[in-house]
Amino acid sequence: MTATWLDRRRSRIDDLAGGRSLGSEALRRLRREPAAIAGAVIIGLFVVVAAFAPLIAPHDAAQPFPELQENLRPGSIPGPQPGFPLGSDQLGRDFLSRMILASQQTLLVGVLATLIGLAVGVVIGTVAGALGGWVDTVLMRVTDVLLAIPSLLLAISVAALAANPSQTTVIIAVAIVGVPIFARLLRGSMLAQRSSDHVLAATALGVRRPAIVMRHMLPNAIGPVIVQATLTLATAILDAAALSFLGLGDADPGRAEWGLMLAQAQAYLEVRPALAFYPAIAIIVVALGFTLLGESLREALDPKGRR
Amino acid sequence: MMLRFVLRRLVQVIPTLLLLSVLVFAWLRSLPGGPASAFLGDRATPESIANLNRLLGLDQPIWVQYFRFLGRAVTGDFGASTITGEPVMVEIGRALPATIELSVAALLIAVVLGIPLGYVAARHRGRPLDVATVVGTLFGVAVPVFFLGYVLKDVFAVDLGWFPPSGRQSVAVDATDVTGFAVLDGIMTREFDASLDALHHLVLPAVVLATIPLAVIVRITRASVLDVMDSDFVRTANSKGLAPGTVRGRHVLRNALLPVSTTIGLQVGLLLAGAVLTERVFVWGGIGTLLADAITLRDYPRLQAILLLGALIYVLVNLLVDLSYAIIDPRVRLS
Repeated sequence: MTATWLDRRRSRIDDLAGGRSLGSEALRRLRREPAAIAGAVIIGLFVVVAAFAPLIAPHDAAQPFPELQENLRPGSIPGPQPGFPLGSDQLGRDFLSRMILASQQTLLVGVLATLIGLAVGVVIGTVAGALGGWVDTVLMRVTDVLLAIPSLLLAISVAALAANPSQTTVIIAVAIVGVPIFARLLRGSMLAQRSSDHVLAATALGVRRPAIVMRHMLPNAIGPVIVQATLTLATAILDAAALSFLGLGDADPGRAEWGLMLAQAQAYLEVRPALAFYPAIAIIVVALGFTLLGESLREALDPKGRR
Repeated sequence: MMLRFVLRRLVQVIPTLLLLSVLVFAWLRSLPGGPASAFLGDRATPESIANLNRLLGLDQPIWVQYFRFLGRAVTGDFGASTITGEPVMVEIGRALPATIELSVAALLIAVVLGIPLGYVAARHRGRPLDVATVVGTLFGVAVPVFFLGYVLKDVFAVDLGWFPPSGRQSVAVDATDVTGFAVLDGIMTREFDASLDALHHLVLPAVVLATIPLAVIVRITRASVLDVMDSDFVRTANSKGLAPGTVRGRHVLRNALLPVSTTIGLQVGLLLAGAVLTERVFVWGGIGTLLADAITLRDYPRLQAILLLGALIYVLVNLLVDLSYAIIDPRVRLS
């Protein structure tokens, strides 16, 4: 055994690849798990609010209101008042409406960043796992180097490449962090599939290689990747908030996204801490929801089924 | 035996570092406006860009450029900061002790609290104490680090006044700077009040930085202890009639700590990232502060150096963990 730390960081990811596909057994276990239910409820609410945000929001989130603006001065931001339950934001807009609308952008950032990372990772992992040999070696060497850079540093360096930071650059930067993890994970499950009986049977029957990979290997190998994607949704939202905090977020003042709002609220902490508090709570609850669901999924898929 | 093992490990790190250098080189090439205008920042004029391009050898073939870059990187020459005009390595050398001090303090908190907490939770599996610990760890990773920093700062520094809100040392304390590690300097020069003052400043940022590693260490310890408690050799030890205390200490804890020691190495990545956020909240003046300023003002020479240094520290610390692992577990060395 000549395992290095990177081997072990890898093997930790590879271990996860040992789980089974999402079967009825796993779903049955999930339904009895209070953590899974709590996570699903939180995410369900989050998605519903995001989907109907413009209908739920009491006011136009983009427009400043004269009655809020007239009380807005340096060192004072109007708090809750009739018609504006959460008061004003720093520009005299309805804070509640902005919070609700921001759920949409936050969901968008989290989902897109995860999906892009997932898509690229799945392509790399499938190719590496299906072909093996030197292709596998080269692809895994490159993902290893990405794993050797602390993830936030990696996201920062990618985001800093953009001359003008925007939501797109945040999404791409956060997505890249996920790529090596997804690639490694899928490759591990694919390798395990290669020597499995049903793949050998399909090969013996003369099924062509691409069909084996796409129809027989990938569907059976994707389970652990989906678990990881659920967990990544939480870290993606947190990482996006961290990038905004460091000044690498979208510079558009009209954009409402929880991480961005939390970062912008730094300047008004003394004046009105609620501007930071509500987005932070929203992020914590949503991140918790994805983590609860992801961890429960992982446990349900764990063949040992103990922890 | 041990020496050969150490050498083999060192050699194994080289390909990773080489690929990393290729990656950073590619990153430099894709900077907005090219490396020259990125490095010159606001001072860029067409002539100075052309000059620097010649100086950086950007008119040379790409592989010549890469080897020049590699040569400079190996000798620690990352150019001058576009903010201060100082060599980047000098800036980093000055800021590094602050970050190391903060990270070590945070890691200490995470390890000293995390292992017992994880162990106790595992021994109480399924009971309220265990559930509370697990829920706590879930919250620990869900809270944005910088938000936690502001909340603790507001409550314990601003409202209660128990801790200083920012900085590493009080201005009133006249501390002698020897190594740059404030706590250590105080002890070395026998200015114990300076050490205490530095420790006092260290508490809040270290606690904030420790949250995520703490949560991870608790979870891994708990899972690992549960795993070992279920194993055959623990059952054998128990049925042999060994005292429960002996089994817990000699069989369970020792074996359960192996995976935990690996995790501690991996936490260094989280600490480096967390330090960037924590240092900004507490105006700490370490690498994180350098990095945050470099991002705001797009100081690419500094960004490049910190990116490489961060990866290098991460790789080397984990190399050390590997080596210590071989000492803890002889099987690693033999096979």
